[in-house]
Amino acid sequence: MLTTRLYMLQRLTALIMAPLVLGHLAVMIYAVQGGLDAAEILGRTQGSVLWMLFYGAFVAAVATHAAIGVRVVAFETFGLSKSVLTPLTWLIFILLLSLGLRAVYAVTLSGVLG
Amino acid sequence: MSQELSVSVWRSETNAFQEFAVPAQDNQTILDVVSWIQANSDPTLSYRFACRVGMCGSCAMMVNGEPRWTCRTHVKKVLKSNSLQIAPLRNLPVVKDLATDMEPFFDKWVEAKGVFQGTKTRHDAIEPILPDTAERVAASTAIECINCAVCYAACDSVSGNADYLGPAALNRAWSLVNDVRDGAYEERIEAVSGTGGCHNCHSQGGCAKYCPNDLNPSASIAGLKRKTTRNWFGWGRS
Ligand code: SF4
Ligand code: SF4
Ligand code: FES
Repeated sequence: MLTTRLYMLQRLTALIMAPLVLGHLAVMIYAVQGGLDAAEILGRTQGSVLWMLFYGAFVAAVATHAAIGVRVVAFETFGLSKSVLTPLTWLIFILLLSLGLRAVYAVTLSGVLG
Repeated sequence: MSQELSVSVWRSETNAFQEFAVPAQDNQTILDVVSWIQANSDPTLSYRFACRVGMCGSCAMMVNGEPRWTCRTHVKKVLKSNSLQIAPLRNLPVVKDLATDMEPFFDKWVEAKGVFQGTKTRHDAIEPILPDTAERVAASTAIECINCAVCYAACDSVSGNADYLGPAALNRAWSLVNDVRDGAYEERIEAVSGTGGCHNCHSQGGCAKYCPNDLNPSASIAGLKRKTTRNWFGWGRS
């Protein structure tokens, strides 16, 4: 159930995610090794446009990529029709996007705005 | 090898396998076994073949769970503890017993624009195609298909997606997008880009593993994915 458009979206978001995943892993290892606690991490991320863009792009790419992936699995496993698949794809996209953006907001903006 | 093979054959009337004992020979193909049963045990057994030499692509069946061209599959190669299980080809409707209806398979060849669209008339000179050009080399990897549907039966994407054009039709499309004499490039790229198009292939290569002619439809489909990607970006043909 993939058309060229969905296929391209999934491949392009994979391309975006590849360096971001590596960056994310590097940050995690750095934070653990350096013994940073939550307050110190938040001190660096709050108000940082760079981290907001980094994780914002990550979340958008993940939500798109995963929604299309689940669409394929749902179709091939359960044989869902297109009228079910399209809302399901959007639902998963919106769910992942809103959860992810909420987390990005919490670590980069909440302290600045709230 | 013992004197008799135990062979279970799918029968559509009872929706079950039926057991037959078939004399073993030193040299014997699966088609020989099926023909022996039809000639000696049960004349009502239906199956299909024509050439018996691996040319026509009409004799494919599931043998011990795997798709095979039966006229060129030696019993010795696939025998498991002296027994054989023979069933109609997977992923296709059954007409009767071992004979499948291949119409959906061929319909998809047409859907994938598997028909050559010439651009010249009989009054034009024949266009020379040099054997070592990149397009000709790419087309050559895909042209020896005998339309047997072994790959189609091996493909899990076909089982999961009724629209999926399948390895053979897409492999044919690949040979034509590389045919510089063909005039339907854009239409063909369009035809392999829909909900049943090349992007639905999972690239696991079941088709290539089972193709009796050692073709690699999976690689052809990867080529189509590259072409459709170029086309999506508006980057031109190659
Ligand atoms: S590689 Fe693609 S076409 Fe070949 S068997 Fe797998 S899914 Fe089917
Ligand atoms: S690609 Fe191979 S397996 Fe598939 S139909 Fe052609 S010859 Fe048969
Ligand atoms: S009978 Fe023709 S390929 Fe087997």
